[in-house]
Amino acid sequence: MEKTRNNRAWFMVLPVLALVAFSAVIPLMTVVNYAFNDTFGNNVFFWVGVEWFEEVLGSDRMWDALQRQLIFSAAVLAIEVPLGIAVALAMPKKGIWASVCLVLMALPLLIPWNVVGTIWQVFTRIDIGLLGSTLHQLGIDFNIGQNAGAAWATVIMMDVWHWTSLVVLLAYAGLQAIPDAYYQAAKIDQAGRWAVFRYVELPKLKGVLLIAILLRFMDSFMIYTEPFVVTGGGPGSTTTFLSIDLVKMALGQFDLGPAAAFSIMYFLVILLISWIFYTIMMNLDRQERPR
Amino acid sequence: MARIELSDLAHSYLSRPRDEEDYALKTIDLAWDDGGAYALLGASGCGKSTLLNIISGLLVPTRGKVLFDGTDMTEAPTSARNIAQVFQFPVVYDTMSVRDNLAFPLRNRRMEADYIRERVAKVSRMIGMEDQLARKARGLTADEKQKISLGRGMVREDVNAILFDEPLTVIDPHMKWELRTQLRQLHDEFGHTMIYVTHDQTEAMTFADKVVVMHDGRVVQLGTPDELFERPGHTFVGYFIGSPGMNLLDAEIDGSNAIVAGHVIPLAGHYAKPDGRTKIGIRPEFVSFTDKGGIPVNVTRVEDVGRHRIVRAELAGTPLNAVLLEQAPMLADTSHVIFPPEQIGVFVDDWRVEPQSGGAA
Repeated sequence: MEKTRNNRAWFMVLPVLALVAFSAVIPLMTVVNYAFNDTFGNNVFFWVGVEWFEEVLGSDRMWDALQRQLIFSAAVLAIEVPLGIAVALAMPKKGIWASVCLVLMALPLLIPWNVVGTIWQVFTRIDIGLLGSTLHQLGIDFNIGQNAGAAWATVIMMDVWHWTSLVVLLAYAGLQAIPDAYYQAAKIDQAGRWAVFRYVELPKLKGVLLIAILLRFMDSFMIYTEPFVVTGGGPGSTTTFLSIDLVKMALGQFDLGPAAAFSIMYFLVILLISWIFYTIMMNLDRQERPR
Repeated sequence: MARIELSDLAHSYLSRPRDEEDYALKTIDLAWDDGGAYALLGASGCGKSTLLNIISGLLVPTRGKVLFDGTDMTEAPTSARNIAQVFQFPVVYDTMSVRDNLAFPLRNRRMEADYIRERVAKVSRMIGMEDQLARKARGLTADEKQKISLGRGMVREDVNAILFDEPLTVIDPHMKWELRTQLRQLHDEFGHTMIYVTHDQTEAMTFADKVVVMHDGRVVQLGTPDELFERPGHTFVGYFIGSPGMNLLDAEIDGSNAIVAGHVIPLAGHYAKPDGRTKIGIRPEFVSFTDKGGIPVNVTRVEDVGRHRIVRAELAGTPLNAVLLEQAPMLADTSHVIFPPEQIGVFVDDWRVEPQSGGAA
């Protein structure tokens, strides 16, 4: 059949193009604009080339924040993924308790970020917080306003509390999808508990775990609200992660040029790492297929 | 190596079974002789796999005992029983190589490395994969994976029994025949007890010395293929085995005669007056057509299936099949059949009854 070709059909795309431009492309281009120009107000811009990028890359500030961010994401992944798998393995496979566990697991995911932050802010206060005052009375210095270790511990515990459930739910779904025959065959082959995990469960969980790791990496790498509410980036700048630093730079100091350059690099780093995850996942998928 | 006995065994998947209908396995008393090649034959859903899983310890029966050489193993875990089992669909350990897959059951039992190497080499030759040992199991096709599953089942020498749960379902037809023959050779060579579950009578008949036929959660007959064919103990065995199955006709028994729709059919012996629903059964192979006497039937269809013809007919509304050799005469729409008395079985409430006097064949 002959296809009718009419280029005027492209006009049909215009509304969505306008919408996307208004909501995404133009704001992003504004950021790009700020990253390469300087302004003294009145909408007068001077081209400065890559000067802002050089400034941001040349200062320790972004590198420190990036380092803290990488340590935070790595710590969070290192705790949440094994813990999530362990909880998923321990959950009942069927019956009323399976549903109860699933609901309990889903609860933290339903709480807004700033509420989680407030809960933990109160929880760790040394005067009225359950954890803070208990530790204080035991003679442990757990003042998150002064003690960087306490601040870090709190921020990481909070993220684990908030987001391990996501890994649990994904791993649980992955485990439920393993056919019984695999467990039966492993029993017949007299495999121990560890061998069953290592050779049956873990390989079958690989797909969902990659998704869990990708999601948790992206989210933790962009974390803002919770540490902002709990520590405000302090004490000093010890819990100032990339987005907290970015907001300080852009809104606190109103350094729009460096902040814009910072944003673009931040975005590119996330894009790059996500692309790496995606590529790994795709390659693994390809190997799964029979010849 | 052990003789496996099942005594008063029953199993229900419900936690509180109320009546007989709740049981997947009704009462089973059965002994598997050490070194026997058995086929467990029955329609889908009759409890074959349940029975197998009870023997291997994947399931603990609701009632009854499993004995290995007289020792009660009912509650013993799979690892204590030393039984190999191959499942219907291939199970391989994806991340391992073919070699590691085959070695896995031996490594779990902490065998010597030399011994493992030797056994893996032998088994891989048997399943025809000796040049693919280094490959990852993940990329293999379904029938290659199933061959690995079979190999893992056979790699241990000292198993008490090897259970096959319809293992050749996913295998190509020509490979099926070859692997079945190899399993059979393996049995003759090493003398493991083998129990082969299938719903395919040809598979059962060619693999096994003894066939156990199950129907609706019960064992209805255990016998050699010939016995099952010639003297089925239950109407289910009669029509499940043979192609087409045994003809079963409602009948009344009067001494040494059966009366079917008003026609008198002589039997080989004298039967007591049965109570219950009575049928007579005759294999299509033994039904013959005659010009004089006999019982009138309406021939509805004649199917030519190569070496013989199958005649589909009706006797007073009940279907009746006959197998005729190629050179048999053409038939009119209404013909007459005779049944040789020694080939007629009498079934009361589906179970075979024997005559009080006079020998049946």
